[in-house]
Amino acid sequence: MNASLQALSQMAMLATAEVEVKVKQLDVTLTPVDMVIIALYFALVLGIGFYLKKFAETGEDFFLAGRGMTAWVAGLAFISTNLGSQETIGYSSSTYQHGMLMNHAYWIGAIPAIVFLSLVMMPFYHICRTHSVPGYLRLRFSEASRSLSGLSFLFMTLFMSGINMFGLAIVMKVILGWDLNFSIWVASITVALYVAAGGLLSAIFNEVLQFFLIWFGFLMVPVVGLIETGGWDGMVQRIQTNIAQIHPDIPAKAADYMSMWGAMGDASTNPAGMHWAAIVLGWGLAISFGYWTTDFLVVQRVLTAKDLPSAQNGTIIGGFFKMLVPIIVIVPGLLALAVLSEPLLPQNHELVKAGEAYSYNDVLPLLLKRYCGPGLLGLGVTSLIAGFMAGMAGNVSAFATVWTYDIYRPLINRNASDKHYVTMGRICSLLGIFISIGAAYVCLHFETIMALSQLLFVMFIVPLFVPVILGMLWKRATAPAAFWGLLSGILVCLGMYLFVHWFPETPESYAKYLTAEKIAALQAWDIDTMNPKHLIYITFSPDTKDIPANVWMAVWTFTTTVVVVVVVSLFTKPKPISELKNLCFGETDIPSHAHLPWFKKPAFWGFVLLGICIVLNIIFW
Amino acid sequence: MSDKPQRTITIWFFVGALFAVYGVLITGCGIYGLFHPPEVVKAEYNVTLWWGIFLTVFGVVFTIRFWPRKEQLTGESGGETKGK
Repeated sequence: MNASLQALSQMAMLATAEVEVKVKQLDVTLTPVDMVIIALYFALVLGIGFYLKKFAETGEDFFLAGRGMTAWVAGLAFISTNLGSQETIGYSSSTYQHGMLMNHAYWIGAIPAIVFLSLVMMPFYHICRTHSVPGYLRLRFSEASRSLSGLSFLFMTLFMSGINMFGLAIVMKVILGWDLNFSIWVASITVALYVAAGGLLSAIFNEVLQFFLIWFGFLMVPVVGLIETGGWDGMVQRIQTNIAQIHPDIPAKAADYMSMWGAMGDASTNPAGMHWAAIVLGWGLAISFGYWTTDFLVVQRVLTAKDLPSAQNGTIIGGFFKMLVPIIVIVPGLLALAVLSEPLLPQNHELVKAGEAYSYNDVLPLLLKRYCGPGLLGLGVTSLIAGFMAGMAGNVSAFATVWTYDIYRPLINRNASDKHYVTMGRICSLLGIFISIGAAYVCLHFETIMALSQLLFVMFIVPLFVPVILGMLWKRATAPAAFWGLLSGILVCLGMYLFVHWFPETPESYAKYLTAEKIAALQAWDIDTMNPKHLIYITFSPDTKDIPANVWMAVWTFTTTVVVVVVVSLFTKPKPISELKNLCFGETDIPSHAHLPWFKKPAFWGFVLLGICIVLNIIFW
Repeated sequence: MSDKPQRTITIWFFVGALFAVYGVLITGCGIYGLFHPPEVVKAEYNVTLWWGIFLTVFGVVFTIRFWPRKEQLTGESGGETKGK
């Protein structure tokens, strides 16, 4: 357990703020115009926070933004919560590492689940008027399952906020040479101020702002990039020429970086060791449905819509934008394979840690430097900052909501005034920020920040999805089943993670799979390396890389949770039907949309969205 | 929030105003770049100038369209409340 102790001590060290992290710097100089662009953003964000303070007086205002949003605001905030810098930096780096298959996160890994959320689940969330997803579990099942999901959610939001903070600090250091602690404190204090002042409304305003910043800040990167490579075909050609030199440890028969489905028939024919079954079951079903339909952070955004059709249409609007995100995320990752001469390395590689090589995470900053002159560079840097800060704000506001409504009010102080809870929410926003600083440093142990955040989703969100969806659709699902299902899902995932990083045999016995330098650094429990012999039991292949391994773990976590919930339900007593009103399919009057014209019907746009998604998958097969 | 009738500003106005200012600044950089090209790949296309003009137009359109007006009573509902 050496490594986890090490991680803990590093977390503690950050609190005292004297940690040295070396990075290879980009040596970009900002002109005064770039500085003005960045400064204007900070001024506007703080200004909006204080402007909105007067609207955030009641609990409903502070935690749910008064439930007055139109479909467009709710939809853009919904998608924007997901499209932070953690996403842009994370997926562009993972694309550099694993190729085009990362695009599955945007199509099969998002669109079906978004349509399902809109058409099937949103009516239940909206009609039972819950404040949060754990709140739904309380209404449908019991206090115990709410507390458990609330606690795991709190843990996750703090980590995600920390990941964003870490990402911001590293990127600023790489691009501008800013001191890590300086970035962390500036971002933390700004976010803490505006979330504590305006609550969820502030977070949502900033997400909408960030939505435009990210698109306008990065869109010229793929455009100029494709001009440089002479279009898509030119880019593909360059990738094929460069790839052996960029990823020397990937054998030639696996070096297909341009396939989404074509190379997924066998784990040994694609660079990530992925298999189509894992994509469909893990990405398309477990992770995607778990994330998009029960991660409270995203669901909370559409709960703020003023009525049910707005909530449903907002979700679909978000889906359309999600489908386009690959343009600014996946394409830059591929462009980096085509145009960058110096190979990038994993974040936990020795050369990266020594500050002598760029890491995968630097894809987007390197491309910004390559294509953006003064002015545009300031805009690009602002987009990155905005993306990270909005990511922190979203997590912190969700942390405040779940803590106040799902832990503090039911378990600690049941009968306080609404005003008291709002004050509690404001204090928690501040606290949440400062606790998550500690989580930031755990990130250093993962090959990319994407791998860590994905692992957290698998561990906490996938098990949550099962009781929620079975609760909505199956009257027989019982309270003990929800609790034990949730708990066993989390534990099984944790168990698999520990198992894969455990090396019970002597380091030399792994010589067949691992490089000499990895073996030299191997510990009995190694957070930096996966044990290929154990990996076979989970992914059926010793070649599997970090992200596909997470996807397989999602499959098993999901399966375990389903089995436990179903079996325990059959042996325990269900709630009487009278208590399921507005919570469960068959006992809820779902409002009819028959009076709406066809172009306002969520179902119409939902099917259009699915149709386009299928066509895109065929085109980029 | 609709029970508090007062003149409020919509999010779209903030978005428009920010990008109008950014657009002008970046167009300025683009014009400067005509004479002193920045040291980037494909500088001959002067992306900065084109992008600056696009942002300015976008920002100005949004700013004018969503200028705070009295009839917009529910601030966060955006322009869609107009006429309701």
